[in-house]
Amino acid sequence: MYDTQVTERAVDSKKIKFQCRNVQVYYGSTHAIKDVNVDIEDKTVTAFIGPSGCGKSTFLRCLNRMNDTIDSCRVEGDINLDGKNIYDHDVDPVQLRAKVGMVFQKPNPFPKSIYDNVAYGPKIHGMARNKAELDEIVEKSLRRAALWDEVKDRLDTPGTGLSGGQQQRLCIARAVATAPEVLLMDEPCSALDPIATAQVEELIDELKQRYSVVIVTHSMQQAARVSQRTAFFHLGDLVEFDDTDTIFTNPHDPRTESYISGRIG
Amino acid sequence: MTHAMHDSDGARPKGSMFVEDAHTRRRNRAEARFRLYGLAAVTISLVVLAVMLITIFSDGVSSFRQASVTFDVTLEEEALDPEETRERSDLMRVTTIGYGNLLGRQLNAYLERRGLTVEGVSDRDVAALISRDAPAQLRDMVLADPSLIGETISFKVLAQGRIDGYLKGRVTRDSALRDVNISPEQLELADLMREAGVLTVGFNWGFFTLPDASDQRPEAAGLGVALIGSAYMMLLVLVMCLPLGVAASIYLEEFAPRNRWTDLIEVNISNLAAVPSIVYGILGLAVFINFMALPLSSPLVGALVLTLMTLPTVIIATRAAIRAVPPSIRDAALGVGASKIQTVFHHVLPQAAPGILTGTILGLANALGETAPLLLIGMVAFVDNYPASPLEGGFLDPATALPVQVYGWASRADAAFIERSAGAIIVLLAFLFAMNIIAIILRRRFERRW
Repeated sequence: MYDTQVTERAVDSKKIKFQCRNVQVYYGSTHAIKDVNVDIEDKTVTAFIGPSGCGKSTFLRCLNRMNDTIDSCRVEGDINLDGKNIYDHDVDPVQLRAKVGMVFQKPNPFPKSIYDNVAYGPKIHGMARNKAELDEIVEKSLRRAALWDEVKDRLDTPGTGLSGGQQQRLCIARAVATAPEVLLMDEPCSALDPIATAQVEELIDELKQRYSVVIVTHSMQQAARVSQRTAFFHLGDLVEFDDTDTIFTNPHDPRTESYISGRIG
Repeated sequence: MTHAMHDSDGARPKGSMFVEDAHTRRRNRAEARFRLYGLAAVTISLVVLAVMLITIFSDGVSSFRQASVTFDVTLEEEALDPEETRERSDLMRVTTIGYGNLLGRQLNAYLERRGLTVEGVSDRDVAALISRDAPAQLRDMVLADPSLIGETISFKVLAQGRIDGYLKGRVTRDSALRDVNISPEQLELADLMREAGVLTVGFNWGFFTLPDASDQRPEAAGLGVALIGSAYMMLLVLVMCLPLGVAASIYLEEFAPRNRWTDLIEVNISNLAAVPSIVYGILGLAVFINFMALPLSSPLVGALVLTLMTLPTVIIATRAAIRAVPPSIRDAALGVGASKIQTVFHHVLPQAAPGILTGTILGLANALGETAPLLLIGMVAFVDNYPASPLEGGFLDPATALPVQVYGWASRADAAFIERSAGAIIVLLAFLFAMNIIAIILRRRFERRW
């Protein structure tokens, strides 16, 4: 189908990381997410696709409670992380976000050195007892983000001085540094050129060895390339959620078929 | 609207790219005209500014120089310590009148010894050549060191205001004819003294250190108390204004819910920034002085009033600086699990710092030049004593401020005070200029970091 290459992947049933039941999101009086049920598996890349404004980013931001910062936003339903509802009163969003890291659409490194960018998370969570441990975390994170070799000689230069693709990998390193269990990525490649995109996609493929990765993307090719599970959102509804192969080769819902064949969206 | 524009479905008429048509010509002319208006506006304001600065400097620069008379004084024991006890209580009994008489005698004798005499100048006229401040100066010196009594010392005193003015060109022989305080003969004597090196002109340190002086002795008037008062007030305004303003701004920008109450607060802050400053003076008078019974004329009350006046400006500048920090930085910090406070203090504030500092310094500069509210809380008073150091309650001692001193001197009759008033304006402008430079440097330095 078009240029999307769907490779054979062994999708065995894995541990469920996020279990979302009857999730509703309102912005004031606007019903942005309608009754969404999704199970996100561990060590798997799950892609959210759909036309602009369909609520996929909103839903993604519910998974680490980033929507808390928006006054008018209200979330209902259950979002369970390892069986615990993250919207319970005894859950601290700050602890949650250390466990559920996030990478944003536009690379947004802090206006600090490369080292400080990566070290910031571990520092505020007290993950390192001394400088040596912190150095180790920084190196490990930068290696996981496939950036170490490019920046190891200039860790004290500003993170904002890197190229766009490097900045985005720096943001991934920053997210990885807090040892998260889930990594949320909100269109991480939309501001990058094709080469940087390829590097980040390769990286996502490696990251799934350790983390459960959820990625919002506008590019169906990207979803097909990197994800094992795909959810198609349309106008706030979760239209279809299945193995990526199934979604792209044999969608059940006519809306999904229209979207992936380019008729809507 | 030309006819050509309406044919062929209103499409643009065909024409050459190299020949201007009437419409293009008109457009270009309008553009050139507008550029000219802008240039004219800038030129006019520059000319006005230059005229203002030239006036102030031509009037005021002379106040940084001061004429003084140096002569030998024998501190006669019979005049200064008739009891010959050297006890402070006995020395105190001789008033400045006694010292004045001594100085007059000694100056007459000295000039006679040097052969500097002019026909028709009485002993009184000679004694009047030195400042009326000189006796007090000598008395303080003797009280501090009684062993000087009986010695002959070389004593340097301020020349009288008219003599000072004569050396600077403000007083002429023509004006002296109409002046009861000075005669042409005295000026002739001054010329002789000048040639002999008895009367000299030097840099006027006293202008920066001496307190204000009475109408009779403009030569002794200085900005000492006003500088201390202004410095105290700026310190207090900074200490009160910056934390309050930044805390209020952070709360309003980062934490407060957006509702009717915060809207109301926002509108009121903008309104307060536009309230005439004299209103703050009345408020200060009513609240701080009448109700809270804080001392009149004190830098503390002045600083409180100026803080109220500056706070809205600082809050508006700080909020703008905080709002200018990209939201993506907040997302990034929250995304790695920073709390709201950590996000604000680790990321938002450091990035907003140049804007906050610039706003605060400009607010302070505004407060430094503010006169009206200070008039109402009594800072226009004649203050002859320096306020104590802040540790000894100096914030509650009476003081004046630079702009108030300018106002006070400008309303005195003697032309010598007008000169000092312009001099004080120069000092004030120098401080404002320095503060603006600091604001620019801070902005540059903080911005270079990222």
